[in-house]
Amino acid sequence: MPTDEPLASSPSSAGTPGPARRRPGESHARAWHGTGWGFVVKLVIMAAINAVGLAIVWSAYVEGSWGILAGTLALTVAANWVYFSKRSLPSKYLFPGLAFLLIFQLFTMAYTFNVAMTNYGTGHNSTQEQAVDALLIQNERAVEGAETYPLTVLQRDGEIGFALLADGQVLVGDAETALAAEPQATVDGDSVTAVPGWDVVDRATLLGDQSLQQQVLDLRVPVSDDSDDGSIRTREGTRGTVYQSTLDWDPQADTLTDTETGVVYVARDDGRFVADDGSALPVGWQVYVGFDNFVRGFTDTNYAGPFWRITAWTFAFAILTVATSFLMGLWMAVVFNDARIRGRKVMRMLFILPYAFPAFLSALLWRGMLNANPDYGIINNLFFFGARIEWLSDPWLAKLAIILVNLWLSFPYWFLVCTGALQSLPNDVLEAARIDGASRWRTWTTITPPLLLISTAPLIIAAFAFNFNNFTIIYMLTEGRPRFTDTSAVLGHTDILITMIYQISGVAGGRADYGLASALSIIVFLVVGVISAFAFRRTRKLEEIL
Amino acid sequence: MRNTTMWLAPVAAVVLLAACGGGDDADGAAAAPTEDAAAESGDDEPDDETDNAPAASGSLTIWVDENREPAVATAAEAFTDETGVTVELVQKNFEDIRADFLAQVPTGEGPDITVGAHDWLGSLIINGVVDSVDLGATADEFEDVAIEALTYDGQLYGLPYALESVGLVRNVELAPDPTPETFDEMIDEGQAIGTSLPFVINTNGTTGDAYTYYAFQTSFGAPVFVQNPDGSYTNDIGMGGDAGFEFAEWLGENGMSGTGLFSTDWTIDIADQEFADGNAPYTVAGPWAIATFVDAGIEVTVDPIPSAGGETAAPFVGVQGFFVSAQSDNALLAADFLTNYVATPEAMRALHDADPRIPAMSAVAQDVADDPVVAGFLAAAQNGAPMPSIPEMADVWEHWNAAQSAIISGSAEPEAAWEKMLADIEATLGG
Repeated sequence: MPTDEPLASSPSSAGTPGPARRRPGESHARAWHGTGWGFVVKLVIMAAINAVGLAIVWSAYVEGSWGILAGTLALTVAANWVYFSKRSLPSKYLFPGLAFLLIFQLFTMAYTFNVAMTNYGTGHNSTQEQAVDALLIQNERAVEGAETYPLTVLQRDGEIGFALLADGQVLVGDAETALAAEPQATVDGDSVTAVPGWDVVDRATLLGDQSLQQQVLDLRVPVSDDSDDGSIRTREGTRGTVYQSTLDWDPQADTLTDTETGVVYVARDDGRFVADDGSALPVGWQVYVGFDNFVRGFTDTNYAGPFWRITAWTFAFAILTVATSFLMGLWMAVVFNDARIRGRKVMRMLFILPYAFPAFLSALLWRGMLNANPDYGIINNLFFFGARIEWLSDPWLAKLAIILVNLWLSFPYWFLVCTGALQSLPNDVLEAARIDGASRWRTWTTITPPLLLISTAPLIIAAFAFNFNNFTIIYMLTEGRPRFTDTSAVLGHTDILITMIYQISGVAGGRADYGLASALSIIVFLVVGVISAFAFRRTRKLEEIL
Repeated sequence: MRNTTMWLAPVAAVVLLAACGGGDDADGAAAAPTEDAAAESGDDEPDDETDNAPAASGSLTIWVDENREPAVATAAEAFTDETGVTVELVQKNFEDIRADFLAQVPTGEGPDITVGAHDWLGSLIINGVVDSVDLGATADEFEDVAIEALTYDGQLYGLPYALESVGLVRNVELAPDPTPETFDEMIDEGQAIGTSLPFVINTNGTTGDAYTYYAFQTSFGAPVFVQNPDGSYTNDIGMGGDAGFEFAEWLGENGMSGTGLFSTDWTIDIADQEFADGNAPYTVAGPWAIATFVDAGIEVTVDPIPSAGGETAAPFVGVQGFFVSAQSDNALLAADFLTNYVATPEAMRALHDADPRIPAMSAVAQDVADDPVVAGFLAAAQNGAPMPSIPEMADVWEHWNAAQSAIISGSAEPEAAWEKMLADIEATLGG
């Protein structure tokens, strides 16, 4: 605590806030009076935080995102309370961390769970209202062979109408009244300049007024009293064409009716408009489907078979990768920790090199180097006497290739970690063992590994969790190929769960199913979480050795 | 007394921010709710501001990729000069645009207009994010295949501006004569030249590349989906039947366990490199590969793709264009900008100059066809058919590529692999 000011001048002033004094034990940040620079700084920071908070609240209100609105409001109010209240000293330190945990972890999880409960994906992309909009757009089209006429927008007491120039004649109409000739109108070239009873809207006014534009776009002026003749609409305010819509929206009944065939499409719970004969309109919307996606992950005939095989390979991949690279790194660390080896520093540097390349890039390079044709693939050319070895198209070799490449990529990490751990082993324990007459081998087997594992076990678990979701290596090296030949699912022998989810999510192209992908990622999260929790419990037992 | 100050403090903080915050807040506000989405695109156009200020003119937000930005900027400048409407260009990676557009349009954060490819159309349609476009009489000024490509169920959904397709690229030094009409004659010529390979084509490694091979497939009369007489696609698979199996057999015969003309060892890098090294006189490639060849000092020209199965070899034609968002608050401005400022020969020419592809506007295409390479690709594209934009197309690629790769590598019997592919596609489309 800074002590440039006396904490209190006299006991008598402690009860009431003195004009230029802080109370005893009060921090700079809380002092309201006097030279409390801390308070000023805090006020400015809180003003910024409140500004951001209010901005988000306002825009959430505009967008109608009530969840975000409530969350932000709660966080902002909490921030003000925590930092301006007297009674919340620990929270002042905890609050930022908690807030970030809430926003970046819990919110993401809740959001993923929310998506997993919906049918969000291709064809179910938005709200019902937007789906209806899109369907109306798709089914309203210019009448075939219809001419395009120069068009002028008119205005009268907040109502708008169109004036059309057809064969030298001016036709005027609005939403209620069909087009009729208006001989009194004056024309200049291609544009109508005056119509009795109407104000002509010039182009600058139209382009400057967003709500007017919307009205103009929405306006349909019937061509005649017979609605089958279609109606005039304009797309950009200067030309009009006869359009006809084949779908009619009834918001009360929640139905769309095809005016040509008379088929009625009813909005259904699964987020589509379906007719009695089972045919559906192309655009659907998002609805909640409960736990369907979770059930589908296990029962969909396309995915259920590959799912278990991919799960098994995911475990094998994660375990083998961590085991091989850890053992390799440990072995190298032990060897290069021996003082008898010359040039240790240079060699250590060289061994760490693979770690310095971005895995993304090296995996792509390895893909090229593993080309089966020895003319192109340097691995077959240099190490296998130009033999043709199908590294990437044989199911087992592809798996082997992934583990070997990942070994090359990740052993330097373990080399580094183990070297550090070996060098920090307590010397006295080893010395005591030697004095007790233990052989070198005995010291190494019974003392070093247990001590080493205390510091490395948490990292091994973390590495396992990381490799369980190691998307990069799989995607850059094999893209999950070679493909399974006994299923229609677009999945392959080297796919792990996360690449399977990526494939299903449809981000790569193809039909997206975010709901299913979210459900599967929650399952993967649970698997990784349970294993990690279990493993960390075991690790704690290791620590009891000391 | 003390408590009052405690409660006054937050209020003071708010007042302080109100004083200094001012107009900036609206921007921050519009961008905030879709943190990840809006932040990366920089698309924080506060649409509601135009309501508050009727005197000011509106604004348009356009997503555009790096290559096309300068050309669109030119058209935007003309538009701004004449109408006073500000146009904000947001530069994005072309590959990211479709997914971002699908995700952001429903939230109201998407652009008014975006650059895109015609084969996205299916997913844009069934997700309801794209508005129709009415070009009126102007539509006749474009190449038919371009309008066809952006038409879905009789309705036009975008303004086309460029075409592209693969063509047969020939090394003029090795093979000075025009490419023969048939694949077999071409191979004979290539073998007579005596290079280590008579012909090379990208197979995308063991992944398979049905796109590049497609012209050969259509020459057997096996289009991916059955076409209507007007060129639009139905959702019936066209690759089945005798024609499809004949093509599969042909692939197998020329694959690695046959004559070895095709190889799954070839990735796009390797295929381009073999051609650039002068190891093969012929290759099938797109306009994007030409620069690599020219840089390697190879003199190239482009011909239509020779027929392997007897019918015309029709490669896929890709069409690039501009789409309007179905949720745009400025649909009228967007339509005005596209139909009156972009659909003009000058703007089309500028787009070509910025990103040299075959212009979709016929007059402009004729203009730039002095270049034999452009003329060659134009001829190849005129033989071609638009890549299907129906949503079903997205489900076909993986199965199709895999089957071709398996046949070429010889790891599967042609007919069996083709049959499994048809069954897989049926299963995916049905499900």
